[in-house]
Amino acid sequence: MEILDVENLKMYFLTLRGWVKAVDDVSFTLEKGDTLGLAGESGCGKTSTALCVLRLLPRNGKIFSGKINFEGKDILKLGEKELRREIRWKKISTIFQGAMNALHPTTKVGEQIIESITAHENISKKEAKKRAESLLDLVGIGASRIDRYPHELSGGLKQRVIIAMSLACNPDLVIADEPTTALDVIIEAQVLKVMKDLQHKLNLSMILISHDLSMIAETCNKVAIMYAGKIVEQGDTASLYKEPLHPYTQKLVSAFPSIIGPKTELSSIHGFPPDLLNPPPGCRFHPRCDYAMDVCRKVEPPTVFVGNINHGVACHLISGEKS
Amino acid sequence: MTEIPIKAEHLTKHFAIKTGFFKTLLSKENPVVHAVDDISFQINGEEIFGLVGESGCGKTTTGKLLLRLLQPTSGRIYFKGKDMTNLTDQEMRKTRQKIQVIFQDPYESLNPRMSVYDIISEPIHVQKAARTLEEVKERVTKVMEDMDLVPPEEFLYRFPHELSGGQRQRVAIARAFILQPEFIVADEPVSMLDASIRSEVAKLILSLVEKFHISFLYITHDIALSRYMCNRIAVMYLGKIVEMGQTDDVIQHPFHPYTEALIAAVPVPDPTVKRTEIVLKGEIPSAVNPPSGCRFHTRCMYAQDICKKEEPKLVDSGKNRYFACYFPLGK
Repeated sequence: MEILDVENLKMYFLTLRGWVKAVDDVSFTLEKGDTLGLAGESGCGKTSTALCVLRLLPRNGKIFSGKINFEGKDILKLGEKELRREIRWKKISTIFQGAMNALHPTTKVGEQIIESITAHENISKKEAKKRAESLLDLVGIGASRIDRYPHELSGGLKQRVIIAMSLACNPDLVIADEPTTALDVIIEAQVLKVMKDLQHKLNLSMILISHDLSMIAETCNKVAIMYAGKIVEQGDTASLYKEPLHPYTQKLVSAFPSIIGPKTELSSIHGFPPDLLNPPPGCRFHPRCDYAMDVCRKVEPPTVFVGNINHGVACHLISGEKS
Repeated sequence: MTEIPIKAEHLTKHFAIKTGFFKTLLSKENPVVHAVDDISFQINGEEIFGLVGESGCGKTTTGKLLLRLLQPTSGRIYFKGKDMTNLTDQEMRKTRQKIQVIFQDPYESLNPRMSVYDIISEPIHVQKAARTLEEVKERVTKVMEDMDLVPPEEFLYRFPHELSGGQRQRVAIARAFILQPEFIVADEPVSMLDASIRSEVAKLILSLVEKFHISFLYITHDIALSRYMCNRIAVMYLGKIVEMGQTDDVIQHPFHPYTEALIAAVPVPDPTVKRTEIVLKGEIPSAVNPPSGCRFHTRCMYAQDICKKEEPKLVDSGKNRYFACYFPLGK
């Protein structure tokens, strides 16, 4: 069952120098129980896409066109009141970037979870506390720590509190934005394990935003690679990593060092991502692409689906071959 | 035999914790943080030596000790055979021509009000290493070409905010290389950069080390990247070196359980690979009261009685391989 369907989403930010095309014609779908990894370098629009789904854009961000169908409702057509009452946190919750600092320093962690429950659901504080306790147990912190202040917990535990909080109202979709960036490898592995376990237990649908392709490989079953505001390739994690089709994906995948297997040359991409005020015409990757052809400089490549119906790629090399 | 460029012997650094007046009266000993505790290693010429570990294991402190930005509590540091532990500031300043540093975050390590030219040429002025302005300019352009900041004229008068992350880090590296150092300490030099640019800067560092025959201390938490960067690595845990050796040796056949866990925790960019899961419980204990015996015993799944009582020594197992564990894996 489809839970989220994003179609041709365009969202630009207004700056003094003009419109920054942060999200430009992005489409993807998410099935119930799927974990989608949204990957790309800084500034490629992955967080902006997530903010669109939650409609939590800053004032200068404007959605120009597109549809975001969530469980059959178009989120872009809902009013602010309805969004707040029905959707945010109740149906779609989020784990923000730098979540460790998202906790209020002088409020006990239990209180903070209870607050997020009572704000959205009409239940007594006692019941909410019970649920908060079971949530803390669920993420492996233990209900006994309900009366701790954030500073008494380590980074990894704080991150788990944030995860518990995101699950407070039994959401259908959780958007995790770089949930482990500030953590050490061993703690990162612990937190990822908690997240994977929860996914199985609660059959959660998730969008995981990260720049770390290794982490996405271990946690997600679907992946979408973004570059300069566009999704350049998407598909099953297994097939995309095994056979990346877009030149950008190929380079990006092999830019990550692996700790196992033979030592292969690390690839790098010369140049840097384009300025989204004036993105290059045609394919946005062409100035950095080794295979750029004339058509790449002029015509924007359409997304074509190859082989396995779910593997989509936007590159002239592929679409040219097909036609 | 040539002299060993850098050698640290029984290096120790304890940071005193400030306590209240009454507490100092009542307690016999002042509490200290055991940041670095009795570590010894050497870095050979034209070698990248990696210090790997989680935050708080003392790797950055070790780097600062080698730069003499911190004064060690005990132990000695030798630079090309010369003891530099107790050099005066003036003597140290001279030595620093040959010892440079690259910091983690190029967004913070460059002065936003200085142009690229000013940033790169500053070490020359500080050390009074050039006589004429032409010479300064010549050296700056030369080093920028080495860093692939070409053409140099295009970058000379830009300010850091006009550069991308990768370019900024190149400027920071250029600044470290302009005095033709023989030893460089780099504290997580690529961890702030994006993947596609990270490997480019990593490759640049590799080629520079080869070109200028320098010794390089590479401090990192990313053991996967250290495999590509370092000739030898030392794994640190709570202020101690637990394992040291040729990088490939250590990663393929770790002896210490901590090294094994550290390697197992690194995600692999290949979804088809299924690996044994070793997830350590808990977190690094406090360095104020480190556990008795082996410092890792509280989280080690192979720990036995002796581990709690006596501290294992770092022993040589031949082939330049050292480990500190009573029950090494695979032995």
